[in-house]
Amino acid sequence: MIELKDVHKAFGNNRVLQGVNLKIETGTSMVIIGGSGTGKSVALKCILGLIHPDSGEITLDGKDVTKGDRDAFLARFGMLFQGGALFDSLPVWQNVAFRLLRGSLKRPKDEAREIAIEKLRRVGLTPEQADKFPAELSGGMQKRVGLARAIAAEPEIIFFDEPTTGLDPIMSGVINDLIREIVVEMGATAMTITHDMTSVRAIADNVAMLHDGVIQWTGAVGDMDNSGDPYLDQFIHGRAEGPIEAVR
Amino acid sequence: MNWILHLLAALGRNVLSALAMIGRVTLFATDTVSHLFRPPFYAREFGHALIQIGWLSLPVVGMTALFTGGALALQIYAGGSRFNAETVVPSIVAIGLTRELGPVLGGLMVAARVASSIAAEIGTMKVTEQIDALTTLSTNPMKYLTLPRVLAATLAVPVLVGVGDVIGIMGGFLVGVGRLDFGAGTYLHNTIDFLEAWDVVSGLIKGAAFGFIVALMGCYFGMHSGRGAQGVGRATKAAVVAASVLILASNYLLTELFFSA
Repeated sequence: MIELKDVHKAFGNNRVLQGVNLKIETGTSMVIIGGSGTGKSVALKCILGLIHPDSGEITLDGKDVTKGDRDAFLARFGMLFQGGALFDSLPVWQNVAFRLLRGSLKRPKDEAREIAIEKLRRVGLTPEQADKFPAELSGGMQKRVGLARAIAAEPEIIFFDEPTTGLDPIMSGVINDLIREIVVEMGATAMTITHDMTSVRAIADNVAMLHDGVIQWTGAVGDMDNSGDPYLDQFIHGRAEGPIEAVR
Repeated sequence: MNWILHLLAALGRNVLSALAMIGRVTLFATDTVSHLFRPPFYAREFGHALIQIGWLSLPVVGMTALFTGGALALQIYAGGSRFNAETVVPSIVAIGLTRELGPVLGGLMVAARVASSIAAEIGTMKVTEQIDALTTLSTNPMKYLTLPRVLAATLAVPVLVGVGDVIGIMGGFLVGVGRLDFGAGTYLHNTIDFLEAWDVVSGLIKGAAFGFIVALMGCYFGMHSGRGAQGVGRATKAAVVAASVLILASNYLLTELFFSA
């Protein structure tokens, strides 16, 4: 279980997280929603240790994420970045097998390539794409490669940062379905941040809404439409009027 | 009175930010060097950096040395002829190139070519979250990106300087023999007779220091790049300017250290 307790983070005068409390149960899919700039990515990066919170505690299975063996901790995670974050200088298969070609999870090159091709196939890409460079692929294909890289080392926990941003509705649907299928078949704990409500309904078991630096509402995805929370209602229905101030 | 306070405050702010920057760069350099003694070491990245920084900089450093050697021969001949000392051309060309112009001009050319490309590459990786991706894939960006480049530059630039010295002396030789009526044998004889090993070695040590500075500045400003194309552009400019100024400043300090009486 991942747990955030009273996590604060500010950048200068901009107080992004102002006491975030959140629990993500093992094997469940949590989606964090919220407007742009509300600190969704910051919360996710705090869990991974890419950003250090100013105060508060983040634990994984009861252990403080900032303590202990960092490599062993990160080996439990896979992450799909918003823009893919594929390494331009490496061919697709080496991007996917990056973790399997070095460090504690290192395997022989042939075996790593085989696993990479299998993962590419799992996300709907043919082996012919394996030797291309990321710049030669379309946005949707790059997302799929990013997804294949996130699952290559069979992680227990997978993070998805805005998985459908920049994709057309059909490709977004395909990526949403893939994420759901993969999370279920791997039995992984998933945390997704998005403001795409179609993604939320396709991916989530539970939803948390981040607003004004705190978790405004959290609950099962099925309870989202009858929450009675004016902030959540305004957000999921995309209304300009409501408690969340919309700049015109 | 008020404007004096504003002036002093602005001066104080700039001094503080300069000192903070020196501190950050020093910590960055220490962190980079410390990874040299802590595995893993990414040999493939190191080899790639060696080719990019060393081998591919050879044409630009060679051309710089060739033309500098030729121009130096013409200038020293023109100056020397005022004292009937034209015969010093070969030895002064060789000493001037090996001690000063070879390492400094070679270093500046490498700064223009390499510091900019490292800063732009790493800066782009930063803004496209590739550096964060490296971390999540259990790979330390300092080990994977910075150390191989800094080590490769520290080892490759002295070699470039050495090759540049030979090419520069050849430039002087071609002008001396072709334009200034020196005999080929006499020119080479004078070059070799008056050149001491320390002239060459001191230039190579300078080259190593300049290589370290160039790659360090490229990596530092790339890693601290701001957002978007503008951020990467600023990082690239800052890397080249900082590397060039530090090369010239450290050249003075090293010359003082090596050659002051």
